Amino acid sequence: MTQFRIAPADVPLIRASEITPKDVFLNRRQWLAGATALTATAGLLPASAQAAQVIVPLAAKKNTSFQPSDAPTDKKLSTSYNNYYEFGTSKSAPANEAASLTVRPWSIEVTGEVAKPRRIDLEELMRLPLEERIYRFRCVEAWSMVVPWIGFEFRHLAALVEPTSRARFVRFTSVARKEEMTGLRTPVPVLDWPYTEGLRIDEAMNPLTLMSVGMYGETLPNQNGAPIRLVVPWKYGFKSAKSIVKIEFLEQQPTSSWTKSSMHEYGFYSNVNPMVDHPRWSQKRERLLPALFASRETELFNGYTEQVASLYSGMDLKANF
Amino acid sequence: MADQYWLQQAARWIDTVLLGKSWQSIVKALVFALCLWPMARLGFAVLFDPLALGGNPAETIIRILGDWTIQYLLIGLAISPLRSLTGINHLIAFRRMIGLFAFAYACAHLLAYLAFDRLFQWREIVEDVIKRPFIAAGFIAFCLMLPLAITSTRGWVMRLGGARWALLHRLVYPIAFIAVLHDWWLVKRDLTWPMIYAAIVMLEMVVRYRPIQYLLKRHSPFHHNIAGR
Repeated sequence: MTQFRIAPADVPLIRASEITPKDVFLNRRQWLAGATALTATAGLLPASAQAAQVIVPLAAKKNTSFQPSDAPTDKKLSTSYNNYYEFGTSKSAPANEAASLTVRPWSIEVTGEVAKPRRIDLEELMRLPLEERIYRFRCVEAWSMVVPWIGFEFRHLAALVEPTSRARFVRFTSVARKEEMTGLRTPVPVLDWPYTEGLRIDEAMNPLTLMSVGMYGETLPNQNGAPIRLVVPWKYGFKSAKSIVKIEFLEQQPTSSWTKSSMHEYGFYSNVNPMVDHPRWSQKRERLLPALFASRETELFNGYTEQVASLYSGMDLKANF
Repeated sequence: MADQYWLQQAARWIDTVLLGKSWQSIVKALVFALCLWPMARLGFAVLFDPLALGGNPAETIIRILGDWTIQYLLIGLAISPLRSLTGINHLIAFRRMIGLFAFAYACAHLLAYLAFDRLFQWREIVEDVIKRPFIAAGFIAFCLMLPLAITSTRGWVMRLGGARWALLHRLVYPIAFIAVLHDWWLVKRDLTWPMIYAAIVMLEMVVRYRPIQYLLKRHSPFHHNIAGR
């Protein structure tokens, strides 16, 4: 088994005196929220959910090594057509409902088979080397987008906790707050909450695997998984869990929420593969939104064969769907 | 009872005046325009305002057309029970039109799927029908609608004879049932709407059951109207 020890990233040292005290920071947030509410009531902004979100510019070095040939999807589209069942099952529900999620302060509990388990604050993670990368995004429902993510490679986060040799899988857990997420309040739970997803450790450590904190040069909108989410561009979109609160390094393969709900439809790997159909629809082609016609041929591993094919050499991709 | 009296009067007025000889054609034209409205709006959006259709316009179009197909089927199935419970006999004049609208929306729904999702790749389409139960259900429901649409004219009623024609047109029950099943199987997780549709279909079947129909009629506030006819 390969060792995934990575030198701590070039974290700039910050003196304690430079850090805004938490209560001041929180006060400022309250003030911001109050200001937004005021402008909304004054009729300057639509009193819609989006108005209440705080989205700020986020600088990141552009990494063009994985640039797809297609231009990024219109931001308006990729922030209003989302699957985020914690806010409802329709595509428009997340954009309408997700503002109720509190995304600051935020931290991720990182535990399991690691030498240094701990809770990591978002602020610390934001200091990891952020890059902008434009990735194709392929949903299992046979539509796709092109998204300019901002994030850091997952392996940088792993380096902070030093996974042991027993760590063979990683489980990601999304936030589940009933009071803030309408989709969690349905009489019958739509999925087994909280939402969980899993990767094999070598998949997680692949340089393509991002922890994303922004898109389109700004912090993430809530409906896209603020404040921090996973992005695994060669797998179907549902593998890229949103709003992550917990990461566990495990010895055993975890079972994801979707696999639990329908194990013959959503397998552990869920690699984009035109040769393996979803039981209810073909995956041969896809619709690059907002196109009317599903005329795009779906590529194996969503076009990232060069980067990830070696992870699956000798594996039957039909059996391990 | 007084309120029952007014209900009865209202029902009579609808039957004899609103849907009577002089007004019926105007009401029919209005209902026709109303039924056409969802499709016209879709067409307008495709041509002039694609943003109104959301991030995935093709999915929206197919979805809306399919939903209206089911809704017209359910409306069509409600006409006979409503007629027999309220005594508004002229409601029957709208049944064919509603049924044909269900068929028209089904055609548009199928066409949109064939074009947008499958780009008329016939091999893929056949594979889809064979491999996927929900596509097969939709396809079967559509095929069953064909003979009903064809024999919807007065000429065909004569040719077949009333009894045989009525027997053939009982196909509408399995059609509605299969159409709802098609919707049910397609949904990924949230079954609210398919369940509502299924409940309505069941209700529409139950009220056709003789003993229940008898009970309903006896307790209908329009009892007097029905009895008088």
